[in-house]
Amino acid sequence: MTDTTPSASQKRRRFPFRVQIEQRIDLPSRLYQFLVSFLALIVALILGGILISMAGGDPFRSYAHIARASFGSTGVLSDTIVKATPLILVGLACTVAFSMRLWNIGAEGQLFMGAFGASTVVLLPILPADTSPWIFIPVMIIAGALAGALWGSIPGLLKAYLNVNEIITSLMLNYVAFAWVNFFIFAVWSEGGFQMSPMFPKTAWLPRLADYAESIPAFRGLTTHLGFIFGLILAFVVWFILYRSKWGYEIRLIGDNPRAAEYAGLNIKRNIILVMMLSGGLAGLAGMSEITGVVHRLQGSISPGYGFTGIIIAWLARLNPFAVVIVSILFGALLLAGREIQPSGIPKMIQGIILVCLIASEFFLRYRVRVIRIGED
Amino acid sequence: MDLIIILQAGVASGTVLLYATIGELFAERSGIISLGVEGMMLLGAMSAYSVALSTGNPWLGVLVGMIAAALFSQIHAFITITLQADQVVSGLALTFLGAGISLVLGEGLSKAGAVSLLPSFSVPLLSQIPILGEIFFTRQSVLVYIGYIFTPLAAYYINKTRPGLHLRAVGEYPAAADSMGVNVYLVRYFYVFVGGLLAGLAGATISLAISPGWFSELTTAGQGWVAIGLVIFAQWNPWRAAFGSYIFGALRRLILDIQGPVVLLGMANPFYYNPYWGFFLQMIPYLFTIIVLVIGSREAMRKRVGAPAALGKPYVRGERGL
Repeated sequence: MTDTTPSASQKRRRFPFRVQIEQRIDLPSRLYQFLVSFLALIVALILGGILISMAGGDPFRSYAHIARASFGSTGVLSDTIVKATPLILVGLACTVAFSMRLWNIGAEGQLFMGAFGASTVVLLPILPADTSPWIFIPVMIIAGALAGALWGSIPGLLKAYLNVNEIITSLMLNYVAFAWVNFFIFAVWSEGGFQMSPMFPKTAWLPRLADYAESIPAFRGLTTHLGFIFGLILAFVVWFILYRSKWGYEIRLIGDNPRAAEYAGLNIKRNIILVMMLSGGLAGLAGMSEITGVVHRLQGSISPGYGFTGIIIAWLARLNPFAVVIVSILFGALLLAGREIQPSGIPKMIQGIILVCLIASEFFLRYRVRVIRIGED
Repeated sequence: MDLIIILQAGVASGTVLLYATIGELFAERSGIISLGVEGMMLLGAMSAYSVALSTGNPWLGVLVGMIAAALFSQIHAFITITLQADQVVSGLALTFLGAGISLVLGEGLSKAGAVSLLPSFSVPLLSQIPILGEIFFTRQSVLVYIGYIFTPLAAYYINKTRPGLHLRAVGEYPAAADSMGVNVYLVRYFYVFVGGLLAGLAGATISLAISPGWFSELTTAGQGWVAIGLVIFAQWNPWRAAFGSYIFGALRRLILDIQGPVVLLGMANPFYYNPYWGFFLQMIPYLFTIIVLVIGSREAMRKRVGAPAALGKPYVRGERGL
């Protein structure tokens, strides 16, 4: 990656400019980082459009449809936010783990275990059906977060004490979690042979905007639920932990330079386990928020791969918790509108293209590309 | 439930893992972690099946599947080798992208009609050997037989030939290899390409030989990830990779077949009478992957052998360190 490649020296005679690539010493400004990500997103959408038209679709109609079906009216905007809610939580889960360069790609499984944990409160049951929501919901939050955190702690423990690669263990545990939840919805809590549990009592539902339609008529039919507020609060909490607390400093130091962190006397093993638990807990809350805020029962189809989308969201947000919220809303729109787009793989493909463009664009954050007039240097 | 039939099918299903694992092993030996195996396998399986369907020639399908996955792998190569980006994130991106493209282009393939598959046959003489002959050499797909020859060839190539030496040098100490005149970038591009070819072959092995058809993401069902786990278990050694793949294939088969019979080992089969217990059986391959990883990691720590020293690190000419 030096400045003069053979082709450049050949071109020198004909072309009065050449491209010089040099390594940056410090990170470029925030605005520049944002612009690079934004341009990567645009390039990704263009590439996605090309692929859609190659597969026989009309990219303009697909994109216009996505925009209309996700931001076109208050009603669909509210649905977009419903889709964004679990994405914020899993995006934060991935942000926390990735800040320490801990590759938790098991958020999907942790989400399912969180949903399972929260369900046990109603279905086991831990609390009777007529419990006040003021007790019900906090207990379900704790149960969901705890179940996710315990599931997340397994790859953490294996990594800390046995030096086992967390990428593969966390991913393998996804499949185990799916089978675990399926066992309960097929065999134990199945309602009349269907692959879902009975409906939760109303006292275990997260309040929706529509619940207040009597006093505020504008809220009629809006499905946005309390989980979104949890997401916003937790974005602030995660930001505070990562960027304003001593623990967050340790997390980022271990991520940037584990050797220096070890010499500084940080307990890396303990941090691996704690960060995996925090990450798993956040993903577990996403599962809890889905079953208590959206479907109101435990079922297999609570997530169209939110846990994996969370990886892309965390990366696109450059591990900034507030950016996670904004990016999640954009991806919520993509998922909401994507349900009706044919062929059905398009949202997944666009997510893949976005991540590819994004990771490629980081080159421009590490290197400065300059066009130099020959004879100038 | 006949044990020999299960092992026979296990060898066949282990062949898929064998190709994917050795492909990943090549890429990792050159210093590149290529986590996109699952995406490349899906792309290989989809394009192989679709070409075989439209041309009627399964061999052409295998070829196109391999080339499609290999060209696709070059995205990862470009991002990680030339642009020096993080290999983990790039690999994840490739997994998403490969799955997405396969789903979009494979739309409707699952409902397509019958496709001509790769031939299966018994090897004369060898299939006469008691037990072993029945397991390894009777009515297997031609790709399974290619798999038997493939492991020793891969081991010989890596350990005994000059290009194999270059491969190992680039993975262990790229700066030294570079100073001896080996083109580190080219070698790495090449072995990511080889990894892609083999992942594509693994995908084609599924869709055209072992469990024919296109079942969207369920075609691979996480086997690409299992392959990455097996590379660690194998400690980057092709022989151990083959051993792990076949054991794993047999295990997958056993789990599928254990629910069938009414009587198991002389008593009532609990999995037959409680079909929902099948969900716990489904967990076993994934739990087994984790156990295998733990074994591999412990052994690596004890023997002080392990990953290629430069694994996961981009090579920048003239920069200090590895």
